[in-house]
Amino acid sequence: MYGRFRTWGPGLLVLLPTIGLLGYFVYGLIGATLNTSLTAQHAARRGSYPYVGFENYANLFAEERFLNSLKNLGVLTVAFIVGTLIFGLLWALLLEKGVPGESIFRSVYLFPMAISMIASGVVWGWLMNPSTGDDARGINRLFHLLHLGFLENSWWSGTSRWTNMLAIALPAIWQLSGYIMALFLAGFRGIPPELREAARVDGASEFKLYRHVLFPQLSPIALSALIILGHMSLKLFDLIYAIAGPSQFRTEVPSVYMWNTLLRSDMAKAAAIAIVLLAVVAVLVIPYVAYTVRQESAER
Amino acid sequence: MRGLVVKAISVAGVASLALTACGGNDDSSSGSGGDNKVQVFTWWADGGEKAGLDGLVSQFQKDCSQYSFENAAVAGGAGANAKQVLANNLSAGDPPSTFQAHAGKELQDYITNGQVDDISGLYKEFGLDQAFPQSLLDNLTVDGKIYSVPANVHRANVVWANPAVLKRASIDGTKAPASVDAWIADLTKLKAAGVAAPLAVSKGFAQEMLMETTLLAELGPDKFTGLFNGQTDPAGGDVTAALSKYRTLLTFTNADREAIDWPDALGYVNSGKAGYTLMGDWVAAQQVADKVPDSAYTYWPAPGTDGEFQFLADSFTLPTNGKAAEGTKCWLRVVGSAEGQKAFNTTKGSIPARSDASPADYPKYQQAAMADWKQDKIVPSCAHGSACTLGQNESIQSAISQFSGSPDVAKLQSALATALKSS
Repeated sequence: MYGRFRTWGPGLLVLLPTIGLLGYFVYGLIGATLNTSLTAQHAARRGSYPYVGFENYANLFAEERFLNSLKNLGVLTVAFIVGTLIFGLLWALLLEKGVPGESIFRSVYLFPMAISMIASGVVWGWLMNPSTGDDARGINRLFHLLHLGFLENSWWSGTSRWTNMLAIALPAIWQLSGYIMALFLAGFRGIPPELREAARVDGASEFKLYRHVLFPQLSPIALSALIILGHMSLKLFDLIYAIAGPSQFRTEVPSVYMWNTLLRSDMAKAAAIAIVLLAVVAVLVIPYVAYTVRQESAER
Repeated sequence: MRGLVVKAISVAGVASLALTACGGNDDSSSGSGGDNKVQVFTWWADGGEKAGLDGLVSQFQKDCSQYSFENAAVAGGAGANAKQVLANNLSAGDPPSTFQAHAGKELQDYITNGQVDDISGLYKEFGLDQAFPQSLLDNLTVDGKIYSVPANVHRANVVWANPAVLKRASIDGTKAPASVDAWIADLTKLKAAGVAAPLAVSKGFAQEMLMETTLLAELGPDKFTGLFNGQTDPAGGDVTAALSKYRTLLTFTNADREAIDWPDALGYVNSGKAGYTLMGDWVAAQQVADKVPDSAYTYWPAPGTDGEFQFLADSFTLPTNGKAAEGTKCWLRVVGSAEGQKAFNTTKGSIPARSDASPADYPKYQQAAMADWKQDKIVPSCAHGSACTLGQNESIQSAISQFSGSPDVAKLQSALATALKSS
């Protein structure tokens, strides 16, 4: 008995505080949120409220505003992931080819990540001023001075969901591309030089070398990048709030909508939005976790 | 080397300052001797608002010398940040001694949540039921009870114009157009005279104010007030017609309306880029602060709302289970008193809620506003909380921002009806 405890006991003791804290502050509170979302607590006052089943969810999905926020989120996520992966990979490729002053470029591309989203959101809000022509300000002003008037646009305050959310994704892409570059660069560096030499000896062209030898080795990194970017995009709040402010229909995503709902003391509805958001994140993350667990046990 | 030492010492000094500052905060919230400390929560952190608060505080220290004032201001225009902090503190059961809120319907959430106390008794005790005009008292009363003491009154339905710009289309800037239609005609003339966006408007509540005053002008004061108490059908044809006019007005506004704030819109008028902007009368204080000469701008009630005073009032509450309740009552007495209202309003640029104030104490704009306050019909404002709850207001602002992108009158009207039915 004692012998068996010695094998798993110390580990359990070390983990116990973490399990306790996570259990309460993460899973316990998810449970509490789920519970609230099933009640009619449409006020901040505490007390007992009747259970209404999935009524809050049904109401949400019948609401134009919520569906709009989900669609906005979809466009934002696609634009953000594709943009960040393209720029990250591009920069990693350029640096991997060995430019002079590589460390300077690496820092330059990474720096935006050091700025908090709320701060960069405020500045990007100024840069993306929708005035055009002689009144143009921010980036539009730059276009105007360069006689590139056709590029001036209304950024996030236009009429199309695609251009609006693309404008919101732009600062996010700017901030995170450096991080993805660092991930890919580490991946490139991790590939043993023998593989490249072998491919070259076999007469592979540079394109074929990347296409068939190097990129396949990067796929685990690409997958992690996809998951990291995906869940960041789904939770994105501060950037949008700083650029467009609250209650802005055009750029509203579920996280901002949840905040607005919470502020008007509609606890049950806010909880329902939170659970929907959690479900969307779970759809993305759970397959990834399952995949890595299987991968790791296969390696063992 | 010496530089380094000096640097190190100064850093240590700043750090210890920060530490003592934190310590000070902890002390006050743990409430050691906190019974005498009246913690006043506002969003008046700078400018004329801060000066007004300071005026109130010095009066408080004179009249309630046994209590001390503790400033709990959270900066941010129209209380955007403050309301969030307040909501957190209230739901955590840690209310301040008193907090600022717009008088009227906006208090509804706090009332429903049982977070503020009925202070009708204090009104009698302080004689406020005699000092405030009856129409204001009617607007403050919820189910026969009053929950806050207004410190001031602002007017929302004011248009600020640049007469030099209007001259380009030979329009007399001193006279208000008689109706919304006449205003649209003037705007059309201005556009033809080369002013691309003659009506400057900014994001969020400014657009809501423009919509509100259009509704007020087209429906008249009684039907307009009825929108918010269920007497008027928001789905009616007259509302549709008014909203269509609002859509027309929007076509004369600046393209960057979603990205700018009201001082920017006012700047467009002052710089001659636009002819008009509609904004509450806190603009008067801003113009004085910006040293814009009196001759450079004119103001009148929004077209079609002459003789109607769309009011909003900042008021103070008595939170349930707040700290230092006796001191808070003394604060509320000062807020409602003639001296307190004078100390506050002469610097903030608003007018006193009491009807016994002497206009001679106030600057030019306020004198005119005080005269109107006495004789005009008083109507509430949704954008500033006297007619709508926080929730209704939020829904309407979302609908307005949607409308600004794709102006669909039917959609706006149904969103308006849904919002007004909700709480």
